[in-house]
Amino acid sequence: MFAGNLTLTVGDFRMASGDFAFESDGVTALFGRSGSGKSTLLRAMAGLDRHTRGRLRFHDEVWQDGRRGLPAEQRDIGMVFQHAALLAHRTVRGNLDFAARRAPTDRGAAIDRDQIIERTGIAPLLDRAVANLSGGERQRIAIARALIGRPRVLMMDEPLAALDWRAKAELLDLFETVIRDFGIPTVLITHAPAEVERLADRVVFMADGRVERVEALREALGRADSPLFTEEGPVASLEGHLEPVADDPHRLSFITRPRAATDMPVTLWLAHDGRPTNTGSRRLRVRGDDVALARGPVTGISVQNQVAGRIEHIETSRPGRAAVFLELADGQRLVSEVTAHTIDSMGLADGQSVTALIKGAALMG
Amino acid sequence: MTLFGIPLETHPIWLTLQVATITTIVLLVIGVPIAWGLSRMRSRWRVVFEALVSLPLVLPPTVLGFYLIIAMNPNGPLTEFLGLFGFSGQLTFNFTGLVIGSVLFSLPFMVQPMMSAFQGLSEEVLDAARLMRAGFVDRFFSVILPLSRQGLLVGSVLTFAHTVGEFGVVLMVGGNIEGQTRMVSIAIFDHVESFEYAQAHLLSAVMVIFAFATLVGVYLINRRFSARLG
Repeated sequence: MFAGNLTLTVGDFRMASGDFAFESDGVTALFGRSGSGKSTLLRAMAGLDRHTRGRLRFHDEVWQDGRRGLPAEQRDIGMVFQHAALLAHRTVRGNLDFAARRAPTDRGAAIDRDQIIERTGIAPLLDRAVANLSGGERQRIAIARALIGRPRVLMMDEPLAALDWRAKAELLDLFETVIRDFGIPTVLITHAPAEVERLADRVVFMADGRVERVEALREALGRADSPLFTEEGPVASLEGHLEPVADDPHRLSFITRPRAATDMPVTLWLAHDGRPTNTGSRRLRVRGDDVALARGPVTGISVQNQVAGRIEHIETSRPGRAAVFLELADGQRLVSEVTAHTIDSMGLADGQSVTALIKGAALMG
Repeated sequence: MTLFGIPLETHPIWLTLQVATITTIVLLVIGVPIAWGLSRMRSRWRVVFEALVSLPLVLPPTVLGFYLIIAMNPNGPLTEFLGLFGFSGQLTFNFTGLVIGSVLFSLPFMVQPMMSAFQGLSEEVLDAARLMRAGFVDRFFSVILPLSRQGLLVGSVLTFAHTVGEFGVVLMVGGNIEGQTRMVSIAIFDHVESFEYAQAHLLSAVMVIFAFATLVGVYLINRRFSARLG
């Protein structure tokens, strides 16, 4: 649990968060446009700027009270910066040792060092100098180093922003599995909605230097005016399990996780390029644009993923377009974006049962 | 000692090396913290302090030497101030005076390279070290100094070399007492004054070889550092 109200002025920019409170378990995304104060709030929460004022509690520990703050070195935070911030005078192993030697023995996440190295895939890099590593490699080391320090909270400041798309995709997979499997409370700064949808459990929306609202991801994705929706329109995020399909390297199956015991899982088929991929617990991002609606199952059509759902509510998403939010058999939510004309001509209304047709190509494993 | 049949006084050489070594050590101890403080200073007084530290660069050595003689003569303010702590003795025209003069005169040669090294450090890296629970002293010795080693090396060598090459301040504060405060640069001046060109040649050659070897060494080490740090 983080609760507080912090202010910090850096140059001309003033961050005044206002009162905020959010659970710390799982992944919390600090989301906002650049200049909205995300990084400033994170620095204030980490205790990195002595000009921070206000209040901050982490569970029942006081981290900031007026001018007085608990020193950053005593907060047990594992930090991953945008540019990794590795120690250039040490090898990769030396960087890990630096964290290990100063890690507490009586608290924080005790994860086996070899396991961290294996999961982050940095074993071949251990004896390298950090100067000539790629951006993706640097971030892998940064996250390994943060985990080895036995943090109680992991903080990441736009860790993917400086990477090319391939490294970004690989690290997103890594973060998704590592954060979940090791179960370390994480605060992630990002301005990319796709990262929020893949990783976050809740979203702290920031604008103009203050916290606008805190929402669970499900709520944040349940309204057409969500700041998470960009020009690509409304998006849904499904939780589930990714599995290979026997005899077909170009398909994967995604079995969604039911929200309640009475709910039924839904199976979706994904196109796959055959590359090795992280199967297991995953999230699937489905754009509303790629979901068409029908009154019932359709035969003789190329769309393979046909899923029954019930219309939760319909909202105008932009002029002439509407977002249709559907509840699936698994209790999770899917969204379809159609024209306002379609709503009228099909007579779609809340509570109706429909079939969602999801284009397979949209779901890359 | 004679070299090529020419008498070579070794005392000025040893004295010069001693003064330069001690000056470098003293400046590492006091110049590095000054450089750190200045590099982190956000106050508008910073320019004043920076200008003060750099004064010896632009002042004629005789000006600095003159003020030092005034301050350090047996009745001068510095001597009287030290007297409060039980100091008795003389500051000028001896080894102590030579070191004090050299330290002040070489201050900018240590502080400026260190300041630019400190200013070039990445804030993110220092923050990362803090969050890995490294307190200030830990951080200073395990992150800040190792990452600033190029500045440390350049500052130390410049200080040492500059002290070896000093003339005006050491002449005014130390005098030219044979076997006590006569440093190499003064000895050469002396020989030239007395038309002892052979001795002047020999000492000068020793200085040239020493200076050249030092600089080559520095550039070699410097190149290795840059390659390692990328």
